Amino acid sequence: MKNFDLPSEKEYKLIVDKKTPGSKKIKGFLRAFWVGGVICLIGHFIGQFGEWIGCTQKTVSMFTASCLVYLGTLFTGIGIYDKIGKYAGAGSIVPITGFANSMCAPAMEFRREGMITGIGAKLFTIAGPVLTYGISASVLYGFIFWLKEYVL
Amino acid sequence: MKRTGERSILFEGGAYVSASACVAGKKEGEGPLGDTFDEIISDDLLGTDTWEKAESELFKKAVKMCAEKSGKMMDEIGALFAGDLNAQIISSGFAARELGVPFVGMYGACSTMIESMLTGAVFVSSGAITPVIAAASSHFCTAERQFRTPLELGTQRPPSAQWTATAAGACMIDGIKTEIQIESGTIGRVIDLKIKDAAHMGAAMAPAVADTLFGHLSDLAISLTEYDRIITGDLGKYGLEILKELVKKKMKDCPSGLFYDCGANLYSDEQDTHAGGSGCGCIAGVLAGHIMNQLKEGTYQKILLLGSGAMMSVTSSLQGESIPSISYAISLKRC
Amino acid sequence: MENIIEILKVFIVGGLICCVGQALIMYTNLTTARILVAFVVSGVLLTALGFYEPLIDFAGAGASVPLTGFGYSLAKGVEESVKELGWIGIFTGGIQNTAAGITVAIFFSLMHALIFKPKSK
Repeated sequence: MKNFDLPSEKEYKLIVDKKTPGSKKIKGFLRAFWVGGVICLIGHFIGQFGEWIGCTQKTVSMFTASCLVYLGTLFTGIGIYDKIGKYAGAGSIVPITGFANSMCAPAMEFRREGMITGIGAKLFTIAGPVLTYGISASVLYGFIFWLKEYVL
Repeated sequence: MKRTGERSILFEGGAYVSASACVAGKKEGEGPLGDTFDEIISDDLLGTDTWEKAESELFKKAVKMCAEKSGKMMDEIGALFAGDLNAQIISSGFAARELGVPFVGMYGACSTMIESMLTGAVFVSSGAITPVIAAASSHFCTAERQFRTPLELGTQRPPSAQWTATAAGACMIDGIKTEIQIESGTIGRVIDLKIKDAAHMGAAMAPAVADTLFGHLSDLAISLTEYDRIITGDLGKYGLEILKELVKKKMKDCPSGLFYDCGANLYSDEQDTHAGGSGCGCIAGVLAGHIMNQLKEGTYQKILLLGSGAMMSVTSSLQGESIPSISYAISLKRC
Repeated sequence: MENIIEILKVFIVGGLICCVGQALIMYTNLTTARILVAFVVSGVLLTALGFYEPLIDFAGAGASVPLTGFGYSLAKGVEESVKELGWIGIFTGGIQNTAAGITVAIFFSLMHALIFKPKSK
């Protein structure tokens, strides 16, 4: 086979980098900043409302998280969350509503593959790793904390 | 029919495009090539209950319309050479189940249409089977859920990302002379320059296109300017720029206006598809509509079509493999 | 006035934490799943090192709504349970404080998946 002088992998990477535009950085940060900030503010006001209806200091954070998660799944359901995500990027991925979106979106998408193998299994495609590593990290920390408190 | 050079074929027995048809989705219909499609569907589900069935329906529409345009009944078609992007090419397979024609399943990722036409032309030109239909389809929603993310997940796509076209195209290839002749074809090699970014397919595929292009020119002992236009499938805006750069490295006086990418022209900038269209249906739909029209009108006398496909899967990506690519070429001549 | 300062703190801290995520998207091409994992695990880590609690005290929802706050709840829950129950708390604590959020997410994702259909773009 004749070799048609394709560039080496290194040379080619340079060509690709030169011809590929980067994302618009400042605009991306501004959008993530204000949308993320607004979602946190909504959480703040839900928290105040929670206190007003008589949540204790311990339950108010649970109340806030639950409400935000519910709103996340609702906005995913009615087809708005992906539009927010397209605009805001991490601004709507990082808040807990993004976690809700990451569960609801695959559940909706794979409904046609059945209740068990579709919704049931795919619900955790993105949230699964989050829970796996989040909980495992908490167990490791718990072990260290226990050692510190009771053993050392 | 004979082999020429290392991997090219001259279809001397005669292989002609006798009819073509294309069907596209709503977004594609709103794009700059909107009025070149035979039919634009208003409902992306086409009245079915899954995206996969919808794509199959889209595919069937294009094939049926192509047969209708040629004035042939389905049972007069010798064989259907076709494929799509779904795992185990279910869209084409399920469509063929209902069409009842002899079916040869093809897979060359986004290069499937050109691969199918090349293979079909071999059968027709050798006199083995005639006429045949070559077809391919893709659907944004089936590709998205298979390769990327669920539709409702809120994510951002980088500027180099492409938009899988909802479209299907079919071409009938016949031994009887028509206006458009398939003159030659070149089989690609799988080329891999170790691009790993699945959101930059154009960069992964451009070297394969360059390789097949140079192979074709050297096999036929012709120069680039033999063609009025060199048409690539779905390199996208940036992939096309990279291809031009690769060609320039080899020939200093590369006329960059010669190149045209179907994906880069399928959508307008306002449609926010980033680098342009992709998928089997991208080149299939644009070829069966826009390009065939231009050939018939005499805008071009002779063109080279280069379909390109990324030979990767979700598994290979997850296992950290780079993206190997292939490109097939056929030349069409007005006669 | 106090209210306005409080609101500004929530907005600015929350926004800045999201900007860290945006930087990860733009400079490293991390996918959604990886970003979510990174934030939750760093939340646990930062709490363990004692950095996150002061941020929660300072910015409230601005620090608890981002997923690092989810990590904070996991870590805090473990601390409390270990104090209360001893070693068994290592395994029960994490989910305790986050149970509401996780359960709401699972239940309503299921419900909404049954009610709504994904739309073509």
